Amino acid sequence: MATYPEDCLYTREHEWIRVEDDVGVIGITDYAQEALGDIVYVELPSVGDHFSQGEPFGNVESVKAVSELYMPVSGEVVEINEDLAESPQLVNEDPYGDGWMVKITLSDPTELETLMSASEYEEYVKEERQKEK
Amino acid sequence: MTGAPCQVTRDEALIFERSRPGRTAYSLPPLDVPTVPLETWIESRFLRADQLAGLPEVSEVDVIRHFTRLSRWNYAVDLGMYPLGSCTMKYNPKVNERVARLEGFAQHHPLTPEELSQGSLEVLKMLEELLCEITGMAAGCLQPAAGAHGELTGLLLIRACLEARGDARQKVLIPDSAHGTNPASAAICGYRVQTIPSTERGLIDLEALRRAADSEVAALMLTNPNTLGLFEEAIEEIVRIVHEAGGLVYMDGANMNALVGIARPGDMGVDVIHLNIHKTFSTPHGGGGPGAGPVLVTSELEPFLPVPRIVRRPDGTLALDYDRPRSIGRVRAFYGNFGVLVRGLSYILTMGPEGLREVAETAVLNANYLAHQLKDTYEIAYPGPVMHEVVFSDKRQRAYGVRNVDIAKRLIDYGFHPPTMSFPLIVPGALMVEPTETEGREELDLFIAAMKAIDRECRENPELVRTAPHQTRLGRLDEVSAARRPVLRWRPEESNAPSGSLSEKRVASPEP
Repeated sequence: MATYPEDCLYTREHEWIRVEDDVGVIGITDYAQEALGDIVYVELPSVGDHFSQGEPFGNVESVKAVSELYMPVSGEVVEINEDLAESPQLVNEDPYGDGWMVKITLSDPTELETLMSASEYEEYVKEERQKEK
Repeated sequence: MTGAPCQVTRDEALIFERSRPGRTAYSLPPLDVPTVPLETWIESRFLRADQLAGLPEVSEVDVIRHFTRLSRWNYAVDLGMYPLGSCTMKYNPKVNERVARLEGFAQHHPLTPEELSQGSLEVLKMLEELLCEITGMAAGCLQPAAGAHGELTGLLLIRACLEARGDARQKVLIPDSAHGTNPASAAICGYRVQTIPSTERGLIDLEALRRAADSEVAALMLTNPNTLGLFEEAIEEIVRIVHEAGGLVYMDGANMNALVGIARPGDMGVDVIHLNIHKTFSTPHGGGGPGAGPVLVTSELEPFLPVPRIVRRPDGTLALDYDRPRSIGRVRAFYGNFGVLVRGLSYILTMGPEGLREVAETAVLNANYLAHQLKDTYEIAYPGPVMHEVVFSDKRQRAYGVRNVDIAKRLIDYGFHPPTMSFPLIVPGALMVEPTETEGREELDLFIAAMKAIDRECRENPELVRTAPHQTRLGRLDEVSAARRPVLRWRPEESNAPSGSLSEKRVASPEP
């Protein structure tokens, strides 16, 4: 069953962000990794790249499909998870921990208010599952 | 049998692994001239230092048995049903092969002067005109080597046309049910892609399209029927929305097998379409081609078509016209995959207009027969009369821990090629089936029986399905490791170290 850490905020596209000392850590949710299946490749941006909220910043490839990753909030990439190049399965094994993808400095922290809390996201996932064809 | 390896079931070694030093598949007469070192005639910088070391040294019978065995392990449309959705794996009539092998076509060199190439030029001209008639378009180019190449060519034409209008634009709209090649082609062509969602019925969301259709829209790329096998009924309204916004409509003709002889994209207002000769017009595909992806356009886009264009001179002969100042240029060496185009023309002429119409009717009938017979067994995400293909899902079987991939693998045990899986992306656990007009009632009934049997197995013995296939020389392959750590090349030094090698990951399975 999917998990929803309380210290993260969530997007409708199933990314999470955890803000620690002005730096936002970003990854995809447990629900997302479960839906994608075994992840075989993660394409990440370069340090120094700027993205607006909602802009694609990379993509994640599973045995089934390639999906885009969307920025939860605007910002500049300050670090990427180099381990994912060799071990993309970290996203499956620990989506909220070792499977993190990028760290950014937020250019507009008020954008965080547009994201979902853990309980809101849990509700959203429930609805998504209902709709699932 | 006790312990001795069985020749038929054994894991076929690579041709390199069969190599034995000094073994050859030729014997030359004794040398009757003095030996001269190669370096005396050929500069050393043109010679390979490795003396071609490592190439397999094998006898003729080694070669013949190796490749004949491999060919017998293959699955082909000449062996049975090949229901890959959106691929139109129809039977390729052998008369087309025969025509393509006629010496005048097969041996004709592409640099032969025009006056000696009139027959081949006539083939290309006739095919272009027939494809225009079938699609309702004004002109075309046969050069693109396959569908995605046709998409790129079509988008380059749209870009050239909009720039000529003085109205270059930024983005291309693509429905979320589209083939992955559509956004890839748009991106390569320098466009930003905006995804248009589908409605609950699986059709393009007109309201979302209206909102997205602004002054930046260069084109909408639309597959019709779409990848759910549904006809975009609002096609005229869709075209109007895009045209009113100043954009053009590109139709991905991958699913033209549902329409050929019945409805024409040109009449629906489409500006550019590519066809897949290797789908709709029966030429062989799978295994990497070659294909052919002609692009057909309206008269407004005609000046931008790639060079050379085949034109008729006043005396009735054909010529290659390179003097087309507004052309986007060449998109392919010479004139496209000529042999494939000959087969396509042969197919169209032997089928005739009534025959082509019957192709579409039968393809649609077959898909609906499958949908009807299996709808109580497998979920159909977007119900409704389908066109040439039907998308089932594993929703009901998931309750038993069985996924679409398992069902697809189990179908192999029943003698069928698996259907397309996990596509379109908007259907979780998709199993996309396109029977084409090739299959008769008996074959369709066998497929239906196999699908129903697998559903029973999902409930009674899910492990059997999860570990399929069981009747093949190799069992379930480790696709995750293959994708994460692909072994793309055999190297002699690694072949003696089994740890982590390809053969270790193979799962042995007993011969039936």
